[in-house]
Amino acid sequence: MNWLLPAVVAGPLLAAGLTIFVGRRLWIQRSITIVGVVFVLGAAIALLVAADSGSAQVTQVGGWPAPAGITLVADRFAAIMLTVSASMLLLVLLYAMAQLKRDALDWWFHSKYLVLTAGVSLSFVTGDLFNLFVGFEVMLIASYVLLTAKTGAGEVRATMSYVVINLVASALFLVIVAFVYMTTGTLNLADLSRVMVDIDPAVRNGLGMLTLVVFGVKAALFPLFMWLPDSYPTAPTPVTAIFAGLLTKVGVFVIIRTQTLLFAGDEPSTLLLFVAGSTMVVGVLGAIAQNEIKRILSFHIISQIGYMIMGLGLLSVAGLAASILYITHHIIVKTGLFLVGGLVESEHGTGALDRIGGVLHRRPVVAMLFLPLALSLAGMPPFSGFVAKLALVQEGLALDRGLIVGVSLMVGLLTFFSMTKIWGAVFWGRETEATEQAAPGMLGATVLVVALSIAVAAFAGPLADLAARAAVDLVDPAVYAELVLGAG
Amino acid sequence: MSLISLGVVAVLFAAGTYLILQRMLSRVVIGLGLVSHGANLLIMLSGTRPAPPPVIGKSQVAAVADPLPQAMVLTAIVISFGVTAFLLALALRSYLLTGSDAVEDDLEDLRIRGIEGEEKGASA
Repeated sequence: MNWLLPAVVAGPLLAAGLTIFVGRRLWIQRSITIVGVVFVLGAAIALLVAADSGSAQVTQVGGWPAPAGITLVADRFAAIMLTVSASMLLLVLLYAMAQLKRDALDWWFHSKYLVLTAGVSLSFVTGDLFNLFVGFEVMLIASYVLLTAKTGAGEVRATMSYVVINLVASALFLVIVAFVYMTTGTLNLADLSRVMVDIDPAVRNGLGMLTLVVFGVKAALFPLFMWLPDSYPTAPTPVTAIFAGLLTKVGVFVIIRTQTLLFAGDEPSTLLLFVAGSTMVVGVLGAIAQNEIKRILSFHIISQIGYMIMGLGLLSVAGLAASILYITHHIIVKTGLFLVGGLVESEHGTGALDRIGGVLHRRPVVAMLFLPLALSLAGMPPFSGFVAKLALVQEGLALDRGLIVGVSLMVGLLTFFSMTKIWGAVFWGRETEATEQAAPGMLGATVLVVALSIAVAAFAGPLADLAARAAVDLVDPAVYAELVLGAG
Repeated sequence: MSLISLGVVAVLFAAGTYLILQRMLSRVVIGLGLVSHGANLLIMLSGTRPAPPPVIGKSQVAAVADPLPQAMVLTAIVISFGVTAFLLALALRSYLLTGSDAVEDDLEDLRIRGIEGEEKGASA
């Protein structure tokens, strides 16, 4: 069954090639893309079941044994991320097919989307530092092209800064690869986790900091986040939604993976907690200052990243479990919010708060989709955000880190405030004319995302248990090393 | 030898950083090229000294060059080549749209500058 691991990367890439090959025959393109993404989702679920039943899949591409070969590995953490991401990729694809048909961008979209899928999958399952670089680049190159769907002046300017920032970070990533290879002579993550312990702590900390900076850029951590709210809102809704849901979270995934596996300390990291708190506060304050739906939501991505890093900063099993739960909840809710925002925007032709109003009366169904997602983002019970935040707060208090807990609760309140701002301006107020009705496919896909987010809250118990088992694996680097290299 | 190479890496990074901070897009693109070359050279330096190529069955393991950094650099060069081509296309598009090679101001910044100007005008 471990052929599934290379297949989650090779499958979508192959499908991407096929979609280019069939040209503008739209129905064939669509079928290929759906088959490709459904395949990744199916494989992800199979990998998750295998990982959780204690037979996590590992494969050495090319047949060379680790650490010389290229390792692909799906432990619990990677399999959870892959499953959640693949389900979002599928739902956003359904939304995209309904919207882009109208914008006549449909034929252009599919091959890039599949390449993005392959890049995301590779970043999750790779067990090798350089291969991680390749996975990131595949994902990013697809994202550059998707951002320039329409090549107006605004899109080009936003994409330009996005590309330049990411390229600088990628160059620094190569520097890390070089330094790690110079210091240890290996790039296999499992092998590194065994070797890193013997490295001079000063060198080790330096490498750890550099890694944090590089993936802090990709994950939009404070103070490296400024590219995000600038570039995300300009793209078409499905593209923004999938970027918001996935791309920064791949960065968070790598931060968690490297900080636990290679650079782990023994106690909560004050630096990480400081970064987490600042990210939350700056993100939410930025959101409050905005007047456009997508820009508000983009700033919220940043503030939410802070919560995920907070769980990592606590560096305990319960803290990491809360982080994993938070990421799962966030990917779904954030994607859903952007999809709802896109519904409103496509019906009014604008996302500016002062030019829309009264959506609640004219389109109650859209308002009903927004409400659970917004409350969940703010962490109101009984939605999924509450469950995840509760886990973080409990562990923060248990470890006596009152300051970060206070900050996180205050930021939750401010998030609620900025959601009421959208609610008050867009859904209440004087009714404005809608230019058109959103396609039923867009609405249907959004309903599915909302249903999934409610399911996360409903099945919070089993999910929290799964996250806790994944966190146990993360806290002890030996588990990962043994998985890849065998006992020894 | 490797000290000279390290110096070259440092110069590439310094010059690249300087160019990336410029306002002209063409300079930014060249700066990114320099920085990625610096990173590539650094990876080359992480390998062993120059030695015979490793061929299965023909060379002794102890006496060959480390093939891994070369394989990595090759991959990195291909990637940065592709992205640079995309970036050049983007810079050209930007030039055609705006008629200048300079990076435009952020729209939000312009808006805030406008508000600031109005307030100054009102208070004067």
